[in-house]
Amino acid sequence: MNKKAGRRYRAAFLLLTVLLFALIVWNINSGSVSVTVGEIFEILFAGKGEETAYQIIWSIRLPRILAVIVLGGALSVSGFLLQTFFANPIAGPFVLGISSGAKLVVALVMIACLEHSLTVSSGLMIAAAFAGSLISMGFVLAVSRKVHQMSLLVISGIMISYICSAITDFVVTFADDSDIVNLHNWSMGSFSGTSWDNVAVMSVVVGAAMVMAFLMSKPIGAYQLGEAYAQNMGVNVRLFRVLLILLSSLLSACVTAFAGPISFVGIAVPHLVKSALKTAKPLLVIPGCFLGGAVFCLFCDLIARTVFSPTELSISSVTAIFGAPVVIYIMIRRRRTV
Amino acid sequence: MKNSFFCTEKMTVGYGGKPLIKEIEIQVRKGEILTLIGPNGAGKSTILKSITRQLRLIGGTVYLDGRNMPDMGNKEVASRMAVVLTERIRPELMTCAEMVATGRYPYTGALGILSGEDWEKVRKAMELVHAMDLWDRDFQAVSDGQRQRILLARAICQEPEIIVLDEPTSFLDIKHKLELLTILKRMVADGNVAVIMSLHELDLAQKVSDLVVCVKGEYIAKYGTPEEIFASDYIHELYEVTSGSYNADFGCLEMEAVPGKPRLFVIAGGGTGVSVFRRLQRKGMPFAAGVLHKNDVDYEVARALASRVVAEEAFEPISEEAFEHARRLMKECGRVCCCLERFGTMNQRNRELLRLARKWGIPSGDPARMIP
Repeated sequence: MNKKAGRRYRAAFLLLTVLLFALIVWNINSGSVSVTVGEIFEILFAGKGEETAYQIIWSIRLPRILAVIVLGGALSVSGFLLQTFFANPIAGPFVLGISSGAKLVVALVMIACLEHSLTVSSGLMIAAAFAGSLISMGFVLAVSRKVHQMSLLVISGIMISYICSAITDFVVTFADDSDIVNLHNWSMGSFSGTSWDNVAVMSVVVGAAMVMAFLMSKPIGAYQLGEAYAQNMGVNVRLFRVLLILLSSLLSACVTAFAGPISFVGIAVPHLVKSALKTAKPLLVIPGCFLGGAVFCLFCDLIARTVFSPTELSISSVTAIFGAPVVIYIMIRRRRTV
Repeated sequence: MKNSFFCTEKMTVGYGGKPLIKEIEIQVRKGEILTLIGPNGAGKSTILKSITRQLRLIGGTVYLDGRNMPDMGNKEVASRMAVVLTERIRPELMTCAEMVATGRYPYTGALGILSGEDWEKVRKAMELVHAMDLWDRDFQAVSDGQRQRILLARAICQEPEIIVLDEPTSFLDIKHKLELLTILKRMVADGNVAVIMSLHELDLAQKVSDLVVCVKGEYIAKYGTPEEIFASDYIHELYEVTSGSYNADFGCLEMEAVPGKPRLFVIAGGGTGVSVFRRLQRKGMPFAAGVLHKNDVDYEVARALASRVVAEEAFEPISEEAFEHARRLMKECGRVCCCLERFGTMNQRNRELLRLARKWGIPSGDPARMIP
């Protein structure tokens, strides 16, 4: 329809793709053992190279990078879906307490399994996180029926989040196991220790959810005009709402299951992507968010890993530093336009 | 019933299973405009929401083109019925053209991508509402009047057979009110579309509607042509007007007459009195008016605002009886204001009244002198 807009979309996607690949290479490259770019390509594509570097890249860095891409994308798209659902630009899995709900249930399941010396499978983790997400989501939905003000909704989400985090801390503190260190790291949010097995499971789940979300672009676009218009446009609103809730919960559950709760990505990335594309069309924003989320999280994870190396920062601290200002900006700008 | 495109049969509407208005029977053909009027909170929006399936019917049914609407699929209804709602929508980063384009929703494929033909229809719809200059403008940044035009264009390019509008003219200034209704009128004139809407402005409802439904109480209060609805003082009853009055012929509201004994007698006629009467009302001075012919605009306004009116039948010279009445009243008032500069054959006696006042020494003069 509009050539200028078309050019903008192409430019934005090209930029995101270039950034993605640059960050992948940079991420592989950096760490306590440094590897040159030439070596990286040799290790990746020719399958040969120095033994330690080979091992580090193939079994540590690469699965972690893929996890960051998949989960970062999932988190952003989940945020976009929630923002559409609540017609609220600062809705997201973290501020609505959905991530924390997931965290709590996952922690409980993990501790229960550890006590009975059972290994926790990836599938079980996702299931637990999904259940936790839905419980929190239920609370948020109940609140949203009573209050229609976006700030109140977010505040109640943050309260839920605090309650869940408090219980999680409590449980983690009193659980006695050597694995508790891991659990603690995880509950703060981290991509470390991702296995290929994890990557396979999360890719399947996130991939399926992403395809679903993309195919729902059309009704999501209609829903952006509000429920009444969507209804008149022929959307089965009731079914659509259920699907949207399930999809966004599943996406954020998957993130929480593997990397713990990660703050602000779900709000900041959709906003940045929409501003870059100058449109909120789901058909463009959903893939844009996935790419953008991947880029944003790769960048943040790089910082988390390298800045105070060998100590690793929690990923949430880094995403908060870059994400929270965006959220504040959105709130200020929105106040002005209302 | 059969030849109407849209009709309801014993439709009962309400919220949460509680009936608000019962057994509504309305019908509209293509090429007609049906308007809902009635006091705030009477349930106009509830009826419209039930028709557009946002609310579930509590009883009865709705027929669209002879078929039971509750049985129709979402998509079919979407391609036949378009809506313009009151609620404010704030779509992010959406141009007006994109907003209008959402009307093509029922016709696009699984991913909702518009074809060149779809965009052509968007363009035509925007031309129809004179909004081509808004094409690239952000929808959230346009004025109320422009927004309503864009939403109407959106409804138009949905190519519906019936358009439902909930108070489309609220918040619009008179220019935009007239513009919007003119566009609607032109659309139905082709006979391909039926319109159901609610309006607050009674005068406009009277002028654009083919059928008027008065919504008040548990049942539809009245249903008929504008001529039937606006014929009598029924509007006062519908809105329970207690102070002031509504003149259905002119579609204008008048304030309440100032109570008390009249202190000024106003001689008027031929429209010279209207502004004087209103000024006296504003100043809170009770007055009497006469002698006015019943076909005079002054008569209509005086009836609403004066404490006493001396009237004469249309086209008749002023009778002895009316003259006598006016003379007495003039004396009682003790002051006379004459709005007329010249007199004709029918109101010669008004000239006599003025002469009499001067003879008796009653203070008299034109409005500028008599009303401080």
